Amino acid sequence: MSLTLTAMSDSTVTSGRQQWSGSGQTLQPPRGPFISVITNRTTNLLIRGAMLFSVGVFLALVLNLLQVQRNVTLFPPDVISSIFSSAWWVPPCCGTASAMIGLLYPCIDSCLGEPHKFKREWSSVMRCVAVFVGINHASAKVDFANNVQLSLTLAALSIGLWWTFDRSRSGFSLGVTIALLATLATQLLVYNGVFQYTSPDFLYIRSWLPCIFFAGVITMGNIGRQLALYEYKFIQEKSHQD
Amino acid sequence: MTLRKQLREKISAAFYRHGLLCASYPVPIILFTSASILTCCYPLLRLPLPGTGPVEFTTGVRDYSVPSHEPQGDLGERPDWYRGPPVAYIQQVLVKAAVSPWDSSLVPVDVFRSPLGRVFSLLEEIRNHVHSDSSGIRSLESLCLQVTDLFPGLRRMQSVLPEHGCLLVSPGNYWQNQRELFDSDADLLKTIQKHEPKGLHTSATLRDLLFGVPGKYTGVSHYNRKRVVTYTITVVLSSYDARFLGSLRARLKQLHPSANCSLREDHMVHVHFKEEIGIAELIPLVTTYIILFAYIYFSTRKIDMVKSKWGLALAAVVTVLSSLLMSVGLCTLFGLTPTLNGGEIFPYLVVVIGLENVLVLTKSVVSTPVDLEVKLRIAQGLSNESWSIMKNMATELCIILIGYFTLVPAIQEFCLFAVVGLVSDFFLQMFFFTTVLSIDIRRMELADLNRRLPAEAGLPPPKPGPLRPREVPPPPRPSPHTITLQTPAFRNLRLPKRLRVVYFLARTRLAQRIIMVGTVIWIGILVYTDPAGIRTYLAAQVSEQSPLGDPGGAGLPPHLGVAPVFRGGDPTSTLSIHPAPDPTPLPENQSQGHHGPARAGLLPQAPPAVPQITWGAEDEEGWRRLSFRHWPSLFSYYNITLAKRYISILPVIPVTVHLSPQEAIETRHPQDTRHPPPPIPKVSADLQTDLTLYKVAALGLAAGVLLVLLLFCLYRVLCPRNYGQNGVSHGRRRRGDLPCDDYGYSPPVSEISPLLLRGHSMDIECLASDGMLLASCCLAGQIRVWDAQTGDCLTVIPKPGGCWEQRDGWDGVGGATEPECLCSEAHGSYVGIDGLSEEEEGYPLRRRTAPIRPTLFNDQPDLTPLIDTNFTSQPPSHLLSTPPRAGFDFGGLVERAYMEHEPPSPSAYTSPSSADWESSVWAMELRGNLIAAGRSSGKLELWDAVEGSLRCSNEDGVSGITALAFLNNRIVAARLNGSLDFFTVEINKPLCLLQYRGAPLRGSVPPSPCYSSEDVISCQLTRSVHAAGRVVTGSQDHTVRIYRLEDSCCLFTLQGHSGGITAIYIDQTMVLASGGQDGAICLWDVLTGSRVSHVYGHRGDVTSLVCTTSCVISSGLDDLICIWDRSTGIKLYSIQQEAGCGASLGVISESLLVTGGQGCVSFWDLNFGDLLQTLLVLDNAAIVCDFGSELSLVYVPSVLEKLD
Repeated sequence: MSLTLTAMSDSTVTSGRQQWSGSGQTLQPPRGPFISVITNRTTNLLIRGAMLFSVGVFLALVLNLLQVQRNVTLFPPDVISSIFSSAWWVPPCCGTASAMIGLLYPCIDSCLGEPHKFKREWSSVMRCVAVFVGINHASAKVDFANNVQLSLTLAALSIGLWWTFDRSRSGFSLGVTIALLATLATQLLVYNGVFQYTSPDFLYIRSWLPCIFFAGVITMGNIGRQLALYEYKFIQEKSHQD
Repeated sequence: MTLRKQLREKISAAFYRHGLLCASYPVPIILFTSASILTCCYPLLRLPLPGTGPVEFTTGVRDYSVPSHEPQGDLGERPDWYRGPPVAYIQQVLVKAAVSPWDSSLVPVDVFRSPLGRVFSLLEEIRNHVHSDSSGIRSLESLCLQVTDLFPGLRRMQSVLPEHGCLLVSPGNYWQNQRELFDSDADLLKTIQKHEPKGLHTSATLRDLLFGVPGKYTGVSHYNRKRVVTYTITVVLSSYDARFLGSLRARLKQLHPSANCSLREDHMVHVHFKEEIGIAELIPLVTTYIILFAYIYFSTRKIDMVKSKWGLALAAVVTVLSSLLMSVGLCTLFGLTPTLNGGEIFPYLVVVIGLENVLVLTKSVVSTPVDLEVKLRIAQGLSNESWSIMKNMATELCIILIGYFTLVPAIQEFCLFAVVGLVSDFFLQMFFFTTVLSIDIRRMELADLNRRLPAEAGLPPPKPGPLRPREVPPPPRPSPHTITLQTPAFRNLRLPKRLRVVYFLARTRLAQRIIMVGTVIWIGILVYTDPAGIRTYLAAQVSEQSPLGDPGGAGLPPHLGVAPVFRGGDPTSTLSIHPAPDPTPLPENQSQGHHGPARAGLLPQAPPAVPQITWGAEDEEGWRRLSFRHWPSLFSYYNITLAKRYISILPVIPVTVHLSPQEAIETRHPQDTRHPPPPIPKVSADLQTDLTLYKVAALGLAAGVLLVLLLFCLYRVLCPRNYGQNGVSHGRRRRGDLPCDDYGYSPPVSEISPLLLRGHSMDIECLASDGMLLASCCLAGQIRVWDAQTGDCLTVIPKPGGCWEQRDGWDGVGGATEPECLCSEAHGSYVGIDGLSEEEEGYPLRRRTAPIRPTLFNDQPDLTPLIDTNFTSQPPSHLLSTPPRAGFDFGGLVERAYMEHEPPSPSAYTSPSSADWESSVWAMELRGNLIAAGRSSGKLELWDAVEGSLRCSNEDGVSGITALAFLNNRIVAARLNGSLDFFTVEINKPLCLLQYRGAPLRGSVPPSPCYSSEDVISCQLTRSVHAAGRVVTGSQDHTVRIYRLEDSCCLFTLQGHSGGITAIYIDQTMVLASGGQDGAICLWDVLTGSRVSHVYGHRGDVTSLVCTTSCVISSGLDDLICIWDRSTGIKLYSIQQEAGCGASLGVISESLLVTGGQGCVSFWDLNFGDLLQTLLVLDNAAIVCDFGSELSLVYVPSVLEKLD
């Protein structure tokens, strides 16, 4: 999993930065410190980014643990510290990647002019996150007979996730694109020896990577869209003020 | 009719009948459901309780044989895990060594250096032991558990723990089992301490692992009082060979006889370990549970419009949980034993089953018409959602079926559980939740009935319901004009959720109780999981507290005489170590020692000199004193899990080693003597335990006090309100705690007092304002223009015919019915004369009207004193002259105007026969200095507000104008017959000459005129509001129409209400809100014409609608003010008002809501739903209030209020 989001960051950093760097805007006459801070678009963007970042870091840590458990049946007491120390750059990368994706999704929605209206509720988002963790859990804990079965199951689960919580074509295409790019980047990283799998079974790891990527992108996009709802609300407020 | 439709109808009908059934017999159905839940959960009783503590089983050593894999039915007492060979056999050699006799020349290091050094020879002995008999030669190498690499994360332990060989652990591992390293080690304790982890640790430490006894029992320290060192050599065997072990035992006993040792050797203990849940595995689990709770929270938050929200949320959660339990129970009943870890898959099962159906059901039932019977409502709600529920369920079943065909056992099992869970969930929804819902709805109806009845009967105070005051307190400022609805402190405050949670916690003492329960549970878990540990710990505590020399004294009399005996026997025993091969003869004299209890009296004389080695019952199973994670962690270093497996622990082999002082001195390291002697070891040793106890107690006390203080502070900070004394807190809150303070605004009590504008002789019909001017029109048709800032009456535009005629009409003499055109012309010329000086002209006009008052007030005699005394700054004598200038500032801009459209009701004193009333003003708008007035005769007039002159009029329409909108140069008039006229006002010259261009005649003037009357004649346009170039009309035919102002083209016809439209709100964001007679509120997107949300909030008409940037506020005929979230359509909260107190709404700032009703004006704090102040009460039925406020809001919002 750690690898997953790392690669996501690599692939989305370039695309995400340019779109959002110029979006700062001057502030309207103040109406109260909190409101004005919230209304400010740059600040709002930063807040959203920070929230997405922390969610990404948290998920990366937790899912990393899940993946490590796949190879270890029982934890000696100091494995945890070794997990946190071995690849310190992994969780921040995951956080950055999730922030990028979470900001990218509402942006694309607004660019395409088709606002996402399917199940815009926090309960649905929570359900989505739970299913995502469940997919990771399944990939980590369930023993599959062979790789094909594993990847097919995971693919079905990921598509089901998309169908249940997203159902937008833009979301699907973006998810697939990012997943492919991320897988590619991961492979490059591994070939160059930057990163190593704990398990030597190379093909095995590769089989579940894209599906997890895809599910992660969908989940992060879902969270990002839900967060963007608030910004939409505040922009409405601002225009009303004008 | 297609099959689908047929199916749909059948399903719907079935659900309808089912809903009727559920609502008719709630109690039997709930009983039945509970019974079935309990029945289904019954098999769960047989499942073992979860726990991580190991389980033991003891068998005899003699007839031991490796248990077979197949379960044997005859052995009832055997646990079911006792099958197959164990992971390993543990053979511990427990060594107790001491230097005796103790010499005063010895340094503290000698206590443990030479005893520890003896481990190497013992290891040699054990390693090289060979047993040979008829079946062959066996050595330890062939029997022991061979281990490979250490776990990759444990590089630093590589030097200590064995790799690639026998798993043989002893303190010698610290020095790589090499005597030379040990001898050259200057500081043994440092070497031992080097490997200890820093900080707190819960699992077994390396020291425990190597020594095999808990650290405090080893005696390896400078402060060892007993001077006995204890350690074990742990041999892990993979297979059991009784003969080899027997010979090893005999050999060791022979070499190092333990004279007084009476340890039992005939029992081996099998320890079965449960699934270990480490913190690393706990983190993902906890995360999933957190997500699960967030999901449940966000889901149940949407339950709304019910009597008890928490009750229904609880019912929903109970539904889901018990369906899960039922599924597990059913699966167990049919022989499917769950192999999955229940705790892990549980959140996913909940997420799969979901709370959606429950919410959909609630929403559907709640949105049925309220006037129906409860039964019918339930049935209707069920049948409305039947199709979608069935469809969802079928979809989910399909998905699960697909999952079942993945042919992965774990997923298959999950799917099986999910299917059973789904079905049982459906069952519970249909029977349990629906019934609970019906009960809830019935309760709501009852409460509603109770609240309504007294109100209608006119009983004043006793109103049941949440709003009832506990007692009626005296109003804070007793004045005849100020009525508080209820004192704010006694109101059911709509606090923010955060505060409500804190209040709830504070009220129920929840935190304390949870802590108490948690502590009890924790202790219970401790006892449950590690009973042996606690027992041994307690035993150790007890034995330590007993005085010196006592252990083994009173309790174990046979051991008493040990020391003197050994003193004599020392040389032989030490000597016997080196010549190992020849068997030491069993010393008879040692057994004699047991018969000498009489010598116990001599013992206290020599205790410091002779270390005693005693063997007690606690040594028999010394491993019990270790952490129960000891063995799992030892094995986990080699990546061997003990979860769900067992190990067999063989009886220990006791070894007693006595060393002479010479030997101890010989083995000394040169640096040992340089070690500083322990500073008063005796005192510290004596006080050590006590001090620790005291320290812990003091720390605990301090922490407790700190916690209490912290909680107290928290409570004071978060709950500043004093529940008992409303007066004080009331004042404090008013000044300091208002959220409006962010805006620099706080409403002080003294400054909000209404300015009374008097002059109208009858009830005010219409009101219009543009911030600077205020125009009002009374039933008599008289229009007055006021300065909104000062309250001066600027102009009076009398009704055609003049005030005097009105008075005549009032007196019963029918005034002359003059033609309308004549009147207006005459009037126009009349006012036109005094166009130059408005003010001087304005006053005489009013002076003329002033004398009317006494005659009018005959009807309402109680009114005047009521009004006048309210305003302390205005003497009542002021009435004749100009309206009083109060000593305060008015807000400059009046933002909104409310047009209270009331059809000219035939009230008591309006004689319907009078023809003058036919042309009363029904609608009025003020823009700039122009007043547009629409009359009931269909005439549209345009007046100059300052001069009071009629600029123009249009009489093309015959139907009365019910609503007007005046924007830029456009006037839109809605007429009673449903037609909508668009007029254009053209300003040709700067001198304000006006001209009508638009005419309702079709196509008469090319550029702009338009006439659109699509509506049926019977329908009535009730409201028209305009914003952003759009005109929105709502009519009685249940539709809302949107017109573009420029070309008067109808853009959208919005259908969605099931009643006439009664309220409309639109603002610049193109979000349109409409409320209808059906109590529904719809939010529309004006740009696309799509409905954004549709909510039911009121029972009865929606009377008024206002939007702020974040919420929509509506009030209805049911005296309820509802505040909705604008983007999601979720009801934030609602305020129940007194009857007739909330007819119209206004928003002054983001957080200040003003309601004006029949006789009262109330200010509400929107953020809290708190009543700030009720301003004044006037006994006028048709009071219209208008509120102005400055944009900066530094000034007080002023309230203009008028009456005749």
